[in-house]
Amino acid sequence: MSFYLVQFLSGLATAATLFLVSSGLTIVFGVTRIVNFAHGSFYMLGAYLGWTLVERWGSTPLGFWGAVAASALAVGLLGALMEVGLLRRLYRSPELFQLLATFGVVLVVQDAASWIWGSEDLLGRRAPGLRGSVDILDQPFPLYDLVLIGLGPLVLGLLWLLFNRTRWGTLVRAATQDRDMASALGVDPARLFTGVLFLGSALAGLGGALQVPREAVNLHMDMAIVVEAFVVVVVGGMGSLTGAFVASLLIGQLQAFGILVFPQITLVLVFLFMAVVLVIRPYGLLGRAEDAPPTAASPGPPLVAAAGAARWAPALLLALLAAVPLVAGDYALIVLTEVVILALLAASLHLLIGLGGLVSFGHAAYFGLGAYGAALLVKHFAAPMPLALAAAPLVAGLGALAAGWFCVRRSGLYFAMLTLAFAQIVWSVTFQWYGVTGGDNGILGVWPPDWAAGKAAYYWLTLALAGGALLLLRRAAFAPFGYTLRAGRDSTLRAESVGIDVRRHQWLSFALAGSAAGLAGGLYAFSKGSVFPTLMAVPVSVDALVMVLMGGIQTLSGPVVGAALFHLLETEAMSRTDWWRLVLGAIILVLVLAFPKGVAGFVRDLWTRGRDA
Amino acid sequence: MSRRLAVENLQRAFGGVQAVRGVSFVLGAGEVLALIGPNGAGKTTCFNLLNGQLRPDAGTVRLDGVDIVGLPPRRIWRMGVGRTFQITATFASMTVRENVQMVLLSVHRRLFGLWNPAAAGFRDEAMALLERVGMGAQAERPCGVLAYGDLKRVELAMALAGDPKVLLMDEPTAGMAPGERQELMALTSSLVRERGLAVLFTEHDMDVVFGHATRIIVLDRGQLIAEGTPDAVRADPRVQAVYLGGAA
Repeated sequence: MSFYLVQFLSGLATAATLFLVSSGLTIVFGVTRIVNFAHGSFYMLGAYLGWTLVERWGSTPLGFWGAVAASALAVGLLGALMEVGLLRRLYRSPELFQLLATFGVVLVVQDAASWIWGSEDLLGRRAPGLRGSVDILDQPFPLYDLVLIGLGPLVLGLLWLLFNRTRWGTLVRAATQDRDMASALGVDPARLFTGVLFLGSALAGLGGALQVPREAVNLHMDMAIVVEAFVVVVVGGMGSLTGAFVASLLIGQLQAFGILVFPQITLVLVFLFMAVVLVIRPYGLLGRAEDAPPTAASPGPPLVAAAGAARWAPALLLALLAAVPLVAGDYALIVLTEVVILALLAASLHLLIGLGGLVSFGHAAYFGLGAYGAALLVKHFAAPMPLALAAAPLVAGLGALAAGWFCVRRSGLYFAMLTLAFAQIVWSVTFQWYGVTGGDNGILGVWPPDWAAGKAAYYWLTLALAGGALLLLRRAAFAPFGYTLRAGRDSTLRAESVGIDVRRHQWLSFALAGSAAGLAGGLYAFSKGSVFPTLMAVPVSVDALVMVLMGGIQTLSGPVVGAALFHLLETEAMSRTDWWRLVLGAIILVLVLAFPKGVAGFVRDLWTRGRDA
Repeated sequence: MSRRLAVENLQRAFGGVQAVRGVSFVLGAGEVLALIGPNGAGKTTCFNLLNGQLRPDAGTVRLDGVDIVGLPPRRIWRMGVGRTFQITATFASMTVRENVQMVLLSVHRRLFGLWNPAAAGFRDEAMALLERVGMGAQAERPCGVLAYGDLKRVELAMALAGDPKVLLMDEPTAGMAPGERQELMALTSSLVRERGLAVLFTEHDMDVVFGHATRIIVLDRGQLIAEGTPDAVRADPRVQAVYLGGAA
């Protein structure tokens, strides 16, 4: 009995931290409608700053709590700075560009933190006066965690007072419900947004600083917490503080007891829970339909099939690419093989985002399913490469068919979160099903047979298969299939009233995109000779998103351009500097600020302008 | 006159508000039936009940004798009920012609083709429909940049592309200049004669209603309060009291 009580209490302590971070996320989202990926980075910065300050001042209780508060304030200021310097310029950009920008911040913060604090885990000192533990029914429980448990409701109460008893809070609530109305009432949105970013980021920083006595501070904290905070916010209902509180409690308990009941699938449990909640309650526990974010992609100008000389550009590019092995060395071919594979991955994601308005945060799942499908066949059944490569899109397509059935039932950010949930489930199964997948040791020895083993031979094979798939995706975009997908995005109402089953079409598109990503994954597996769970982890999904957005979602060539640009930049930066994340993040920020329509869109605009002039 | 649509005792509430209560009427081929009533009378709700966007709490809607209650809009459309919306709904990222082609692709169940360009399918049919509604010259413009009145005409062409037996038009001339309104309704009337269509429309412009409707039904607070020829409805004291108010 007492054991369960302690477990329950530690669940509450987890919930307190979760609530601090996710309340900040939900406030920022509610007012600015920006999905702030950098929120986790603020949490991490709070932890690092907290560590430094606690080391310096933390020998007395006053010093310790002063250090925590100072870290929160400093991180809040950074958040306000991000609003003024970056987000403010992007409020009129498509939501996805705001997302991309915050992801650029994630990368920059990663390397900045690594530069300042190093890559070693940092163990902080414990809170003075709270080092011991209390006995709860004869079970020891850390005193510090008890304080945390009290802090959750305290912060909720303070936030409630702030939002309901102050003029500023009332304005924030007004802006949350209706941005246009708030500015009509004479509220300066810019100042309000800066304040909200300050508050939200400070809460993240506070959550981070409070972790110092509990766990080692490291460079992986940002992604881990932001994904969990998203889950909390989505489960609770976007923009709802009380919802975030309730969801934090539930998820804290789920983690505390889940580990006892299902030790094998602890990683999956939270995402499974979110998926179930979203299927039953479309807008989260306490969310309202009107708070739901709109579908992420706004309809662009008509897709125009290239006319005249430009029509031959893809064929010309293919011919050029096919000739590269005649002049290039092995290293260039390896990089180029990866570019072609990633171009297919990006193009398959673009089918969903660009044509369907369906932003997937978990496209890596299908890339990974393809890679693992192929590798498992090779490992367990000694399948020849052609068979394994044929199975890759099939396995991924079936996976996408299953996951897509759930995902297309929701739209906008909720769709995105469901795709993320399924990707995390697939990742965790791969990671934890040691006997079959080898866990994080991956599967080695997935090499092509002799005839395709040469770098040039495998490059040509990749070019033929991925090029063929790219051609099919391109044809499909201009064919009735792609038009129908766009019709559903432009106006679901109109599409349904002219006989189109929008949901079923989105479902099939999801499966098609998944199997194309699966082919890319299969090709990737044989190009590397191995597969690892990281192939289907969040960063790969984010990379794919960045490629699509970099290239611009309004052109079909965009994802290909984006994949090439992204991968070449990444490879180049990685080979030249250890601070490649910093470089990449900075480039993303510059690109977002300079080319709000993506690079390919920018070039097309130049082209059209030049022609019209 | 063959009976197309038969609506009986339609009911629908939103929370505690009874938006439509016991509405019954019939609509025959060759008729242009106007559904009028003050704002909030339940006209759009009625439309949404007829084309399947909303499910009635009670009542039946029969199309050529077949009960269509509970079917989704896309099924009801396939059975021959076309619709234009009060707030136009078109595919903004496509050209005017592609909008109509999209409907034709759906009519011919060609939505899943992966290879041949959609823009090549049913091009002539789409152009013929656009010429019919006077939008031929703007066929290649993106729908997203059209004037509102032109969008209404595109919607009409899209509805006609489905070759409907019954056409539901929710405020078909809203946002148009007076001359345009008469023109669009004259076009509608001639389509009714040509194709034997049955049209049900709502409208706030009384010149349009009394100039083009063959019959009028009047809705007030969810209930039908009058029905008849334009002359009979115009003379009906209940209509004057409720709908036309003191002005009449």
